[in-house]
Formats: sequence, structure tokens, C-alpha cells
Amino acid sequence: MAEQKDAAQAAEARVPTVIADELHIVYRVYGTGAGKGGATAALNRIIRRKPSAGVREVHAVKGVSFTAYRGESIGLIGSNGSGKSTLLKAVAGLLPAESGKVYTHGQPSLLGVNAALMNDLTGEKNVILGGLAMGMSREQVRERYEGIVDFSGINEKGDFISLPMRTYSSGMAARLRFSIAAAKDHDVLMIDEALATGDRSFQKRSEERIRELRKEAGTVFLVSHNNKSIRDTCDRVLWLERGELLMDGPTDEVIKAYEKESGK
Amino acid sequence: MSTVSETTHDSAVAMSAPPSPDEGLTAAQRAQKYGLSQSGARPSLPEYVRQLWDRRHFISAFSSAKLTAQYSQAKLGQVWQVATPLLNALVYYLIFGLLIGTRKGVPDFVPFLVTGVFIFTFTQSSVMAGTRAISGNLGLVRALHFPRACLPISFCLMQLQQLLFSMGVLVLILLGFGQLPTWSWLLVFPALLLQFVFNTGLAMVMARLGSKTPDLAQLMPFIMRTWMYASGVMFSIDLILKGKDVPGFVEVVLNANPAAVYIDLMRFALIDSFTAQQLPPHVWAFAAGWAVLMGVVGFVYFWKAEERYGRG
Repeated sequence: MAEQKDAAQAAEARVPTVIADELHIVYRVYGTGAGKGGATAALNRIIRRKPSAGVREVHAVKGVSFTAYRGESIGLIGSNGSGKSTLLKAVAGLLPAESGKVYTHGQPSLLGVNAALMNDLTGEKNVILGGLAMGMSREQVRERYEGIVDFSGINEKGDFISLPMRTYSSGMAARLRFSIAAAKDHDVLMIDEALATGDRSFQKRSEERIRELRKEAGTVFLVSHNNKSIRDTCDRVLWLERGELLMDGPTDEVIKAYEKESGK
Repeated sequence: MSTVSETTHDSAVAMSAPPSPDEGLTAAQRAQKYGLSQSGARPSLPEYVRQLWDRRHFISAFSSAKLTAQYSQAKLGQVWQVATPLLNALVYYLIFGLLIGTRKGVPDFVPFLVTGVFIFTFTQSSVMAGTRAISGNLGLVRALHFPRACLPISFCLMQLQQLLFSMGVLVLILLGFGQLPTWSWLLVFPALLLQFVFNTGLAMVMARLGSKTPDLAQLMPFIMRTWMYASGVMFSIDLILKGKDVPGFVEVVLNANPAAVYIDLMRFALIDSFTAQQLPPHVWAFAAGWAVLMGVVGFVYFWKAEERYGRG
């Protein structure tokens, strides 16, 4: 019920936060194919200033257009390699577009699976430095520090926050990263399967936080292969397949079509 | 599959986008209307400087955190902050002072050598850290948004803090060799400041080059060693050149070499027997000139590729 109410509110305002306009993204992968990979071959290429013989182009996103509005929570679904993560990277400004443009309100924040922070530093330093790097002031970081650590649940099993981040399990690291990123009020927050590694109680907490972010007039993108978590958090879903936008609509409708297609 | 998608696609679009006043506007016009900016575009230079100033606490906190983390896996821990420069100086003393004998003709050779080693190491490690500033922190660059220049600046600041430990050791050595503090010791501060600006500029150039060509990290030690031998770290350039038939431009180049300039300034400030006559002509002008030139060029060069760091 709450979902529908949120959606209704969003429809009233209809202020766009992300506009993607005929977006194409092409990856260039070097060092593939039949070309010689030896040192002399590489040196030869450098001297002749020629691109590597084995360059392959991967057309990852093909002409995707959509508009995201304030207060919306948008799920991205599609099989592996369908271009979901690539699309989010482009929206975050981390990948250049081959053609087409992405317009965003403020600086979108992308939370990826393996976006390591500073592994040689303690969790405590990571919280402080992450906050400062996101543009929070020292006072803001000090105020929110306790909240971030509590939210991550890192200290539930003992004093882990004072250990270097390299000693964390992948779930713990992912939880801390999400907690740091979610501490700031983002205009656009994109979550790329970052919640998949967290345990059930953490997933509950993060879904709660996503709802809060949306109330604060943010837009949240969520990539997940867990249709239930998309149903729980999103009111709109984009379905990507082979780099093309197959469907864009209300969650139930798109997920139903997706499940039919993927034979679940 | 495609026929299914066509129809569902159309109906979905019709559903999710009710007629609105924005209809008929292109994406660019709508973006402008609601004040959206293009994602991943490079900010203007003044805006970039402002963003960087906003992150000044991040820069200082990052450098001190990295400094303490540096030896966190060593058993002796922070002792290495002081032990590393000391051992360095000892090795050079054994080879160049005792074995090869470049100490002949240089009074106060030990302070002379140690000053040279520490000051050159400051530039050397700043350049090395700068080369890996982006390529070695891709996770951070890809996870969080901040002006990327924070990274090379942080690493140079970290080297400056490291140097302050070394300077503590140097003061003890100076006192041990009978050099008493004089007013000229105050010249250390402007000299260090200028060298820091020079190092940061150079590190930013290296950071951009290193982000595109990670191979540079392999190549740099050799370049830096060549530079070190040309900078008179363990011998006096004047004494080496004396009585040899070298073209005039070689002498000019050797004396204008920024590393040699900063080393000589520091020796002049700290060592009594290193007098103003031994300084190359216009040495302060060179020191300031290199700092301003490298600082501005490095910053602008780094900013020019701001939107491309960490991509791909």
C-alpha cells in the first residue's frame, strides 16, 4: 500500500532526476583475439603508435532512453551480461557514452559489488574518510559516525571496526560500504547488487533506508537478481536484454513478463 | 521474443508516461528546464579548485591515515618512519663516503650527504606515489565521487609528513657533527614549501600519465635513479666539474636541475661550511620558478583528464 502511495506522490511532482537520451555504450577490450601477446609485439605496437591488433568492441548498451523522477525507486532486471551494470556506470559518469547523453540532477552515487574502499585502513578510518570524500564536513562525519557503524552491524560480533578492512568478510565489507554511502542524502543513489551479500536483517535495514532516501526526494536504482527484493523496494522496473530496453513499467507487470520469459 | 517486446514496450511506455507539460521537449531541453547537468562532465577550473578546497579535510585525513597504515604490518611499526631514512643514509655513506671517496674536498660530508639523500627522497617518493595515485586506488576512484586531484595531493602531503620525521633525524645528526642551530635554519621552511609545491605538480603529471600507462611504475625507479646521480646527492657538482672540460650548457643544466636547487638550498640553510658561494646563481628564483611552473602546469594537466580517471 505504501508503495502505491509513494508512486502517487511521485507522479504528482514528476521532477526528472535522470534523463538518458539514446544512450549507446561501447567497451573496447584490448589484448584479445589471435594477436601475439608477447613483449616484442607489444613494443612494436607502441613504437608504431598503433592500437593493439586484438581490439574487440562490445556494444553493451544500445540506444536506451528513459527518464527517472524524484521519489522513484527503479529496479533493473535482465539476464547476466544484459548491460545493467554498464548502464548504471554510465549514469554515474564513470563510463563515457559512445553516443547519446545522460543528464542527472546532482552527482549520482554508484554502489558496486566490488567497489573496495581503503583495504589497508581500519573500518573506522574508512567511515571517516569515506564521509569526508563524499563532501561531508568533519562535524557531520562525527555526528553520523555512530549511526553508520550501528547500521552496518559490523560491531555486532565484537570490535571489528578497529580492524583493517582487508580482514572483513565480503558480506561485512559490503555492509560497511553501503552504510557509508547511504549516510549521505543522495539525489540519485544506484545500488548494484551491493545488498546481495548482506544477511537478512541487514537487507531489511537497507530496504528501510532506501525508502527513507526516496522520501527525501531522492531517486534509487537497484540492480538485483532477487525478484523479491525488487518487488519489495521498487515501484518501477526497467528490463534490459542484450543492451536494449525491452520493457519499462510498473514492477508487477514487468516482473511477470520477465518471469514468463525466463521460464520461472 | 522481439515481437513480444515490441508490444509490451509500447503499452508500458504509454502507461508510465502520462501526458505532461514536458511533452514535445527534447531530452536536452528538459534537462535544461529542470537544471540537470550532463553526467561525467568535467567541472570548470575555478569550480574544480572550489571542490578541492571543500575536500581539504579529506586530503589531510587521508594522508595521515595512509602514513600510519604504511608500517602497520611491520613488527617494529612506526619505528620504521625514522629507521628507513637513517638506513638509507648509512648505505650511501658506506658506498660514497668510505668506498668511492667522494667525501674528499667536502667538509662536513655526513650532514652534506644525509641532507642530500633526505631531500631527494622527498621528491623521489612523491613522484613514485604520484605515479600510482590513480592506478593504485581505482577501487576508491570508482566507488566515491571526489575531485581526483585529492589523491596525488594527499600522497605528496604524506611524503611531506614522512620528511618531517627524517628532518628530526637530520637535526640529531647535525647536532652530533657539531652544527649548532643558527638563524639560517629558518630558511628550511620556505625551501620545503617550494619543494612541496614542485613535487605536487610533478606528482599530478605522473598521476595522469600513470593512470593511462601503468607500466610507468616499472620504469620510474630507473629514471629516478638517473636523476639522483645527476643531482649531486652524494657529491658536490662543483667539485666534480672543476678542472674538467665540459660544455657550458651542461653546467647550466646541472645547476638549474630542480632537485639540485632544493638540495643546495637545504644544505645552505643547515650546514655552516656550505656557504652562499657554493650556491648556483639565482638559486631562490629557480626554486620559486620551478615550484610555480610545475605546480600550475601539473594541476591544469591533471584537471584536463578529470572525467576520464578510473574509467573502463
